Amino acid sequence: MNNFWSLFIIVLALANIAGCWLLIRWTAKPRPGEASAEETTGHVWDGDLTEYNKPMPRWWLWLFYLTIIFALGYLVLYPGLGKFAGVLGWSQYDAYEQEVAAAEERVAPLFADYAATPIPQLAENSDAMDTGRRLFANNCAVCHGSDARGATGYPNLADNDWLYGGEPENIERTIMAGRNGMMPGWKPVLGEDGVKEVAAYVYQLNGRTSPNPDLVEAGKERFAATCVGCHGMDGTGNQAIGAPNLTDETWLHGGSIENIRDIVANGRTNQMPAHADLLGEDRVHVLAAYVYSLSHPDGAAATPGANESQ
Amino acid sequence: MDATPRYNEKVVRQFTLVTVFWGIIGMAVGVLIAAQLLFPSLNFDVPWLTYSRLRPLHTNAVIFAFGGSGLFATSYYVVQRTCHTGLFGDRFKLAAFTFWGWQAVIVGAVITLPMGLTQSKEYAELIWPLDILIAVVWVVYAIVFFGTIVKRKAKHIYVANWFFGAYVLTVALLHIINSIQIPTSWTHSYPVYSGAVDAMVQWWYGHNAVGFFLTAGFLGMMYYFVPKQAERPIYSYRLSVVHFWALISIYMWAGPHHLHYTSLPEWAQSLGMAFSLILLAPSWGGMINGIMTLSGAWHKLRDDPIIRFLIVSLSFYGMATFEGPMMSIKTVNALSHYTDWTIGHVHAGALGWVAFITIGSLYALIPRLYGKTQMYSVKAISLHFWVATIGVVLYIAAMWISGVMQGLMWRASNPDGTLTYSFIQALQATYPYYAVRLLGGILFLAGMVIMAWNTWRTISGPRPVAQTAAATA
Repeated sequence: MNNFWSLFIIVLALANIAGCWLLIRWTAKPRPGEASAEETTGHVWDGDLTEYNKPMPRWWLWLFYLTIIFALGYLVLYPGLGKFAGVLGWSQYDAYEQEVAAAEERVAPLFADYAATPIPQLAENSDAMDTGRRLFANNCAVCHGSDARGATGYPNLADNDWLYGGEPENIERTIMAGRNGMMPGWKPVLGEDGVKEVAAYVYQLNGRTSPNPDLVEAGKERFAATCVGCHGMDGTGNQAIGAPNLTDETWLHGGSIENIRDIVANGRTNQMPAHADLLGEDRVHVLAAYVYSLSHPDGAAATPGANESQ
Repeated sequence: MDATPRYNEKVVRQFTLVTVFWGIIGMAVGVLIAAQLLFPSLNFDVPWLTYSRLRPLHTNAVIFAFGGSGLFATSYYVVQRTCHTGLFGDRFKLAAFTFWGWQAVIVGAVITLPMGLTQSKEYAELIWPLDILIAVVWVVYAIVFFGTIVKRKAKHIYVANWFFGAYVLTVALLHIINSIQIPTSWTHSYPVYSGAVDAMVQWWYGHNAVGFFLTAGFLGMMYYFVPKQAERPIYSYRLSVVHFWALISIYMWAGPHHLHYTSLPEWAQSLGMAFSLILLAPSWGGMINGIMTLSGAWHKLRDDPIIRFLIVSLSFYGMATFEGPMMSIKTVNALSHYTDWTIGHVHAGALGWVAFITIGSLYALIPRLYGKTQMYSVKAISLHFWVATIGVVLYIAAMWISGVMQGLMWRASNPDGTLTYSFIQALQATYPYYAVRLLGGILFLAGMVIMAWNTWRTISGPRPVAQTAAATA
């Protein structure tokens, strides 16, 4: 803001406030010849509409003056009049940073303590797990659900079935840096029939009966040529690149024959956002321990949803 | 001197009837979306029935269709009666144009908003072709209104017309400046403003829509129908002078209080708060002038349900205009912002003040427009009053409690620095209040249905011969 606009604002604001003050003073003054309190002003509209000219209520005038004085005082103390920062030098940004810094200082020793504890041990610390549960509820539950059991497209974190590995360091890395899951669409390569064949084969990998048994054999050949690079010869996937195991009961994006055909044909891109900048390493460590505890209930203090109703 | 000026009452009658009609539509949509918050499946998975599309339909319908039509009706009626002359431009059917133009805007809103066509500016959602139609209708409205003032036969301009005039002029300014957009197609456009400037322009518009559409306009209504119905002189001319000029100048600054603790420059936030506080007294000036007009005739509060509507509306006006400055204080706003408290505050004003003053004024106006001495059923007015009052009180109380509760739950934290509650827990805790709010809304809507029935019975009865001739003149 340059000096001109700063001055413009100051003059306009103060003139309006001063104008109100003068308006009250000027109007409150009785004038010779005007109607007394018990008479109307003498004007008549629409047959019977008239007006008294009673004095303004004193308490109301005082209220008016008080708000004006308060407002002027506020504008002296706080930033309001253009570039003038106010006598107190207060700013919402400083106030926020000070509050955050004070809170960080208060909790830093606690989290430093947690950070020094390996995740499997931390998962047995019930105080830490209370903290972890609240972090989870406010940062993760919106996708993974309050009970961490996920939804279509959002992995279940409580079943000890892992896309990228369930070791403590895998979980920590997933939260810190996020993950990008990408399965390409194979329709241009396989064609309409090829997609159906592969889907028929994949459908029965976990022991179900394929709805198109006649296509399974052809699908197997195509799978060996196209899919094994990521999902492996036996279809059990590869946690290093987040390729899902196709031989179990977990179907992140749905396991119907239509779902499978759709994914083979069009692929899927899925993302877990990185939380390093949002939460910081120490909080992520506690959070990782909480997620770890969900699938390691034996010995771990927390069970999902146990404290939900508080 | 011509004793009976040729008043245009046809346009007043038209606007009056659509006010009742759009009131029912707008409030029914409100009841539906209140129910959706409680039972989300009530959108039936139909895109145009979703909350996101119906909420702007609700706000546009109650503010601009119900409130706007009510303001058109009463301002056209009042300006003629208090200027002792007919509407300007009737030879060119200007007033009739504003009626059909305004209805076209509303129908346009009813079609486009559920289709998901929006500018995404709150209370200014309508797409640019409709914005242009609004601007044209409004400019013609201004020509009719101020033209009538210019050709008035009364020497002094009656106080109601000051407020109507401020409302007509300022709404034109607000609407046109906030709606400047660059079209990219017939249904889509980009605002010329960006970032914090866009937010500031939007809330300069948004809060002055409250100040000039929902306040000044309805104060104009108040300044005619309260003294008329009470058959008493207005309490204080000098009070009306002070609160008029103070109100219209101070309101202009208040918008930034919608943007506390955002990236809006801090000086703008502080000015918004300081001026919002000064606004308390000018607002209360109108309430005092209205309520004190009844002094010497307090018994009418007991005998006349129309007076009850008018005076209770002023009480809600006083309450909402105390609450507003309080919520504009930054520390209070830190708690109240983004919670249901804001919704409660808005409805204290919208139902308690705007709807009540409109309903009371229409009950006084309708018999006059149709040559009757009073409404078909005075008892039904009384019933409407109680049903609506209970509805408003339930609504506001529920939103106050849930709003403060949400604010406290969102900020509650533990010694480890984590938040005590997740968002979903605060939402769960809100459900009972959503139910109470829904009940309040249903009661208020039921009151409007009673009004529609009473209006229909009043106007469908036989008309006295002498009155018929005068009214159609």
